[in-house]
Amino acid sequence: MNYRIIFYIIGWVLNIEAAFMLLPILTGIVYGESALWAFVWTGVLCLAIGGSLTVKKPKRQYFYVKEGYVTVSLCWIILSVMGALPFLISGSIRHPIDALFETVSGFTTTGASILPAVEDLPKCVLLWRSFTHWIGGMGVLVFLLSLLKLAGGSHMNLMKAESPGPSVTKLLPKVHSTAKILYGIYFAITILQILVLAVSGMSLFDAITTSFGTAGTGGFGIKNDSIASYSPLIQVEVTVFMILFGVNFNVYFLLLLRKWKQAFSSEEVRWYFIIILASILFIGWNIQGIYGSFGTALRHSAFQVGSIITTTGFATTDFNCWPEVSRTILVLLMFIGACAGSTGGGIKVSRIIILLKSSRKELSQYLHPRQVKKIHMDGKPVDREIIRNINVFMVIYLLIFSFSMLALALDGTDLITNFTAIAATLNNIGPGLELVGPTGNFSLFSSPSKLVLIFDMLAGRLEIFPLLLLFVRDTWRKF
Amino acid sequence: MKIIIIGCGKVGYALAEGLIQENHDITIIDSSAENMQGVTEELDAMPIIGNGASINTLLEAGAPDTNLLIAVTGSDELNLLCCLIAKKQWNCHTVARVRNPAYNKEIELIKSSLGISMIINPELAASAEIARLLRFPSAIKIDTFAKGRVELLKFRLLPEFKLNQITIAELPRRAKCDVLVAGVERGEEAFIPNGNFVLQDGDLLSIIASPQNAAAFFRNIGLKTNQVKSCMIVGGGTIAVYLARQLLEMKIRVVIIERNERRCHELNEYLPEATIIHGDGTNRKLLLEENLEGVESFVTLTNMDEENIMLSLFARKNSKAKLITKINRMSFDNILDQLDLGSIIYPKYITADYILQYGRAMQNSIGSNVETLYHILDNKAEALEFCILKESSIVGVPLKDLRLKRNLLLGCIHRKGKVIIPRGNDSIKVGDTVIVVTTQKGLDNIQDILEK
Repeated sequence: MNYRIIFYIIGWVLNIEAAFMLLPILTGIVYGESALWAFVWTGVLCLAIGGSLTVKKPKRQYFYVKEGYVTVSLCWIILSVMGALPFLISGSIRHPIDALFETVSGFTTTGASILPAVEDLPKCVLLWRSFTHWIGGMGVLVFLLSLLKLAGGSHMNLMKAESPGPSVTKLLPKVHSTAKILYGIYFAITILQILVLAVSGMSLFDAITTSFGTAGTGGFGIKNDSIASYSPLIQVEVTVFMILFGVNFNVYFLLLLRKWKQAFSSEEVRWYFIIILASILFIGWNIQGIYGSFGTALRHSAFQVGSIITTTGFATTDFNCWPEVSRTILVLLMFIGACAGSTGGGIKVSRIIILLKSSRKELSQYLHPRQVKKIHMDGKPVDREIIRNINVFMVIYLLIFSFSMLALALDGTDLITNFTAIAATLNNIGPGLELVGPTGNFSLFSSPSKLVLIFDMLAGRLEIFPLLLLFVRDTWRKF
Repeated sequence: MKIIIIGCGKVGYALAEGLIQENHDITIIDSSAENMQGVTEELDAMPIIGNGASINTLLEAGAPDTNLLIAVTGSDELNLLCCLIAKKQWNCHTVARVRNPAYNKEIELIKSSLGISMIINPELAASAEIARLLRFPSAIKIDTFAKGRVELLKFRLLPEFKLNQITIAELPRRAKCDVLVAGVERGEEAFIPNGNFVLQDGDLLSIIASPQNAAAFFRNIGLKTNQVKSCMIVGGGTIAVYLARQLLEMKIRVVIIERNERRCHELNEYLPEATIIHGDGTNRKLLLEENLEGVESFVTLTNMDEENIMLSLFARKNSKAKLITKINRMSFDNILDQLDLGSIIYPKYITADYILQYGRAMQNSIGSNVETLYHILDNKAEALEFCILKESSIVGVPLKDLRLKRNLLLGCIHRKGKVIIPRGNDSIKVGDTVIVVTTQKGLDNIQDILEK
């Protein structure tokens, strides 16, 4: 393995993280908070390590699949460890594992918090918390690729490892320009949301942090009751933007190119909207008794459905108190997740579609054993390798889920809490039900359980395989 | 001796060549007139066109007074049938080539129940040789005598050994170890050196020693002697399967790159522990991606000699791996030696060597016996192992009093499990095995080492 180039890229990621620290530092200056020094020190540390790793460009720049996956996994772990330092240094979070949990939750766009009262935190810490969502949403290595022109060809491996979904499509011939376009779209919609929210009466700081949380489909709120205390108009706007960030970004690219027909023909996006619409209507009808009017019920229903399926995790109401059937639908939506190629987590709509189609194919294969049939998606046959990969993904997903359940059970918390806690972290959502519901938080778990959940969050964000490869002996063997 | 060779392919031809040099009467049978055309023109042998399993053809070839029948056609079953008929009908010694791995496990049973004297599997023999080289990667070639107690090792003299301009006589003192230099190749020339011979960097040395001594020798002059831990094989033919099996048993990690997808699936069935990669071995990126740079040994076994050579040269440039290159055609072996291809394996040579060995051992009925024979020094010399069975004019006489032939070296005496590097006062005793290195081919008897 080419360790030199791996360290070189990690060095650049640290440099970028140091640059990202400027935003909380700026906030600290604006609000005159002493917590900003925590970011200054962390930034200096990142720059010192990153700078020393990137002084010399490695001579041998070869970079293969293995290096790609290892780099991405290591980068995310190191990024999280460094990102946790400001919380510790500023004293906002005392325990190192708690700080790591909060940061991983941020970068993986989960939004599960161990903080009982976020409003007490300094503004710059709050901003950093939300900013980690924005960084993690599209991925820091994609950002790196959009900045840096690395020599050698195989950088698609980096993007493949970091971007969600069963397969990654390049928008443009060059990885560099694809990454640029993705970040361009991401940046533009985020700015748009900040403007819309600010015009609708949110303070600028709130608008920025809420937009960061929405854009990355993260879900860290800056209020103890998440979005509930904002006006209905703002809640509707956040709903719309959450759902927009759960759409495959390729669609936006096609819209930019004015390829309308192609943009709207995506089977995945169509199903994504169908699922959202059906869930909103059903839950709205189901909960209208609680909120009096159908309109209010529909607003809450839409917000919660949008928040859960895009794996954002904001809340406007305590959905833990909803009727059983609505709660169950929300839990199911947790698993479905957003579209591939979006910033959301979960299993992804496209995987679910392909799984259902291959199940149907298997059934028809029972009736006609000699039938030759390919699974089609968007009118094109799906490669067998992709189907196989999705099947294996599901199996490992369930295995990790089961083992995490077992590990959490040692704490003695109830089954629904444990189940939804894992569903909420492995799918990068944030809140679950019962004790980890919208009004609760994750501080009740023991440190070992938190480590399990940290692993689940990283596994969910990187879609399992890159992270697991770190534990395979073949990866590290000299040959 | 009268010898019938059935099948005139690559091996049959090489075999006939070797046996004719040793003055045997050779009859070659092949069913294709096309194959036989060369025989009439180039070999001093009797060509017969026909089916080797037919009694009439065999009678025509003079089978009744034949001493040895060697069947090396392309078909295993035909080879076995020829041998079976010859054995039952005229009770002569028979050698069959059987290469199908399916028979591999039953080979001893087939041998005894059909009464065949020797069954040779060229791929198995080649793979055994490769495995031996990988166990001891510093040597280019290793031949064993006395059932593995004595080894003849060939290696290249590199500047880091600091042995430039040293005479052979000084060598044991320098290396603090008792070894005997049996031969030196320098460019196109080959020598059987005496004590005053001066070594130069770049020489190919062949030394005779016990495995322990050889290991100590290499350690003392600063050559790494560790067994390799990983092996990349390009080309998944039969040799690759046998080789991978042996390597996996030695706990060596094996990666096989094979171009044919269906063959890959077969390989995975035969070798579940090996990593099988479906891809073109000549794809530079694939090799690097599979970590050519980290591998400790690299074996090219494709069917194309050119490809094997290219791949080995590429691996030499990109890794520190021990290289083994398989070459099928030997026409250009003098150029190949100038390329840095590591160890070169000629499966054809190996097969022919084995059968020649058998032929010699069989012919000996007086006093001593050729146990083993190797072509060394680029086929310019031979190393032979004699077994001393009874008294003769050389037994009991101190070596300094024997009048040995020119260009002949008594390399080693193996007595009751002990390996002796002979000095002038040593003598040969009954029951010893003696290893002789010589440029004079065709030695059959231990007494042939004396000047007539």
